[in-house]
Amino acid sequence: MNANLVYRASGDSERRSGPGPGDVGRQHARRAAASIGLWVFMGVVSSLFGLFIAAYAMRMDSPDWHAVSLPWQVWMSTALLAAGSAVMLVAARAARDGRFTMAHRALRFGGLAAAAFVASQLWAWQALLAIHVMPANNPAGSFFYLLTAMHGLHVLGGLVGWAVAMHAARGSARATLRIVLCARYWHFLLAVWLVLLAALNWLTPELVRFICGRG
Amino acid sequence: MAYTDDAAHHGPTSFFTRYIWSQDHKVIAVQYTLVAIFVGLVGVVLSNLMRLQLGFPGHFTFIDANRYYQFVTMHGMIMVIYLLTALFLGGFGNYLIPLMVGARDMVFPYLNMLSFWVYFLSVLVLLSSFFVPGGPTGAGWTLYPPQAILRGTPGYEWGIILMLVSLLIFIVAATMGGLNYVTTVLQARTEGMTLMRMPLAVWGIFMATILALLAFPALFVSGLMMLLDRTLGTSFFMPAIVSLGQQLNYKGGSPLLFQHLFWFFGHPEVYIVALPAFGIVSDLISVHSRKSIFGYRTMVWAILAIGVLSVVVWAHHMFVSGMNPYFGFFFATTTLIIAIPTAIKVYNWVITLWRGDIHFSVPMLFAIAFVSTFVIGGLTGLFLGNVSVDIPLSNTYFVVAHFHMVMGVSPILVVFGGIYHWYPKVTGRMLNDTLGHIHFWVTFVGTYAIFFPMHYLGILGMPRRYYAYDNYAFIPESAHLMNAYISVAAFIVAAAQLLFIFNLAWSVRHGRLAGSNPWRAASLEWQTPQTPPVHGNWGPEQPVVHRWAYAYSVPGASEDFIAQNAPPDAGGAEPEPHASRGAVA
Repeated sequence: MNANLVYRASGDSERRSGPGPGDVGRQHARRAAASIGLWVFMGVVSSLFGLFIAAYAMRMDSPDWHAVSLPWQVWMSTALLAAGSAVMLVAARAARDGRFTMAHRALRFGGLAAAAFVASQLWAWQALLAIHVMPANNPAGSFFYLLTAMHGLHVLGGLVGWAVAMHAARGSARATLRIVLCARYWHFLLAVWLVLLAALNWLTPELVRFICGRG
Repeated sequence: MAYTDDAAHHGPTSFFTRYIWSQDHKVIAVQYTLVAIFVGLVGVVLSNLMRLQLGFPGHFTFIDANRYYQFVTMHGMIMVIYLLTALFLGGFGNYLIPLMVGARDMVFPYLNMLSFWVYFLSVLVLLSSFFVPGGPTGAGWTLYPPQAILRGTPGYEWGIILMLVSLLIFIVAATMGGLNYVTTVLQARTEGMTLMRMPLAVWGIFMATILALLAFPALFVSGLMMLLDRTLGTSFFMPAIVSLGQQLNYKGGSPLLFQHLFWFFGHPEVYIVALPAFGIVSDLISVHSRKSIFGYRTMVWAILAIGVLSVVVWAHHMFVSGMNPYFGFFFATTTLIIAIPTAIKVYNWVITLWRGDIHFSVPMLFAIAFVSTFVIGGLTGLFLGNVSVDIPLSNTYFVVAHFHMVMGVSPILVVFGGIYHWYPKVTGRMLNDTLGHIHFWVTFVGTYAIFFPMHYLGILGMPRRYYAYDNYAFIPESAHLMNAYISVAAFIVAAAQLLFIFNLAWSVRHGRLAGSNPWRAASLEWQTPQTPPVHGNWGPEQPVVHRWAYAYSVPGASEDFIAQNAPPDAGGAEPEPHASRGAVA
């Protein structure tokens, strides 16, 4: 069991449009469809969040902008997501090396960390609502809710994939592939979150004006 | 895994798994196509209702100003998104990609099925807005805030909400489909099918899909934020505003931000529709003139160049919104540069025709007609790409004429050409030729009769988007007469589409049997063991490809085409990459 297997086994294509007897061995050099599909999907999501951040920066440059100081819970969220990503790294390595019990255990922790991240984000929302930062009364607040909600939805989507990976037969090539893909998506979600966090916390109207050459 | 096992397990058995919850790309393609054609007919009816008002103002009292704007909005949105985008990517993309690259199916069949049903849901949500209180939105297809979500714009109550929700759902569907198309092209090509041997139809659809995947998020962002402005009262786009004598709760939002986001999607959208059309036309022209496509490699590079350039031109839709003159200069320049790869494609089509053995079959007629309408629409694009020419023309019928020629008539001619061309593969029968010719000539001449005079109305200064033109001293009587004439032409063209629909339905049972390769085409989709192709497409073994898709009239060959999967010694290989430059490979 090694990385090659990951590239050879692919979810749907293996099952439905699998090769006939004459096709055997033809596609061995190709990466798994699911792997490429995930890269493409990550491109789409990057485009989505890139545009959200562009909109955020452009909207910031208006007189009614009042920065919202982030609740402390977002730092806990960050730690949870980073921990999830690290555990997933372990899971992927273990699965590639054939240590399936270890892989499965790490995978479970990775999912739990992501679920805890979502809970922590909800707590952050509650903290903001408690100090009357409403979704509609200040654009900075609106963006905070919008961006965290969109990111959270992508984490929840990841948890669906994670549940599927949890149910794959332990030790099968498909399970290995799914763990590796989950891990990659977890790292990606962490990267997106770090960029969002940076934008929410450190991007200021002055900085935007400076970047746009009007500072 | 043996193929027979695979077929036994997954060849659909019941009516439902075969035709409704199908995961077969060919069935999904037909589902996409039929739904798109249905909403397209709704769009045609809406356009005729608009023409009733414009041609014969005051005669049809049920078309009041509100209804008129609702018709305009729904017509635009339906045609651009729910007809053309869905038909080219969901219809042609689904059918052609696996067959043309020699795959057994899309790589994610289940996702593919979901894509169709989610698209169907978006259509239902869209059409449901006709039946809610207040009717569909009348904000114009660009949905510019603030007016789109202000009281006083028709469809304020529910129409705009349903429109935005429907768009968000559509984007989810398009993304699911798009992941499939891109991954299938990258991953599931059969042996020998290098990227540079793919038919141009696949290249066009592939690049359009990449554009869709990157550009639709912009529509998603703008649509979602506007939905929140409307429902939660956020102020992403809504400035402080007094509406109908009331100070609203909005403040500080930026309507211009919406325009940037919308057009960052909106311009690539033009090429999401145009690139598949370019690709399909290239194939039709090559097959029906029995000649290899001229400059295959430049065609591919032109598709890529157009795709890249199309994401840096969006603000040319916003010259009248006001911007820094340097931005205007930048966007005008990039816009005009697109003319270069586009012109390369047009020259290549014409040179392919030159001294070809041209067969004026119905698909070929549509393909040649496309070149003509596309050149007209492209040339007026050069007018409008220049800021100083655009500003006086922007709010006139000149723009209506331009974008209908280039992005309405041109792609729809390709849709027709493509359907006449591939219908025999889909059903095993030919479409009726006589009906096809009537349909073609009425549509081709008719669309010219509709849109060509609009250029003159525009130069005359006739403003677009107006419900009525009473009491404008500068609009002469002849312009009103022209409007009546345009309306009559529009009714005739619309009626001709019924012939097409009839032909589609009638020929399924009564058309002439087509055989497996009626056009004697070289590309892979015509080489399937069965026609129509069965589940799995290729029988026990996938085809092996030995040459490009354009081996026509090869000297010394026994037939005037050599199939892509014919044995290597049949000849007809593609030209060497650097042959023309004398380089040694």
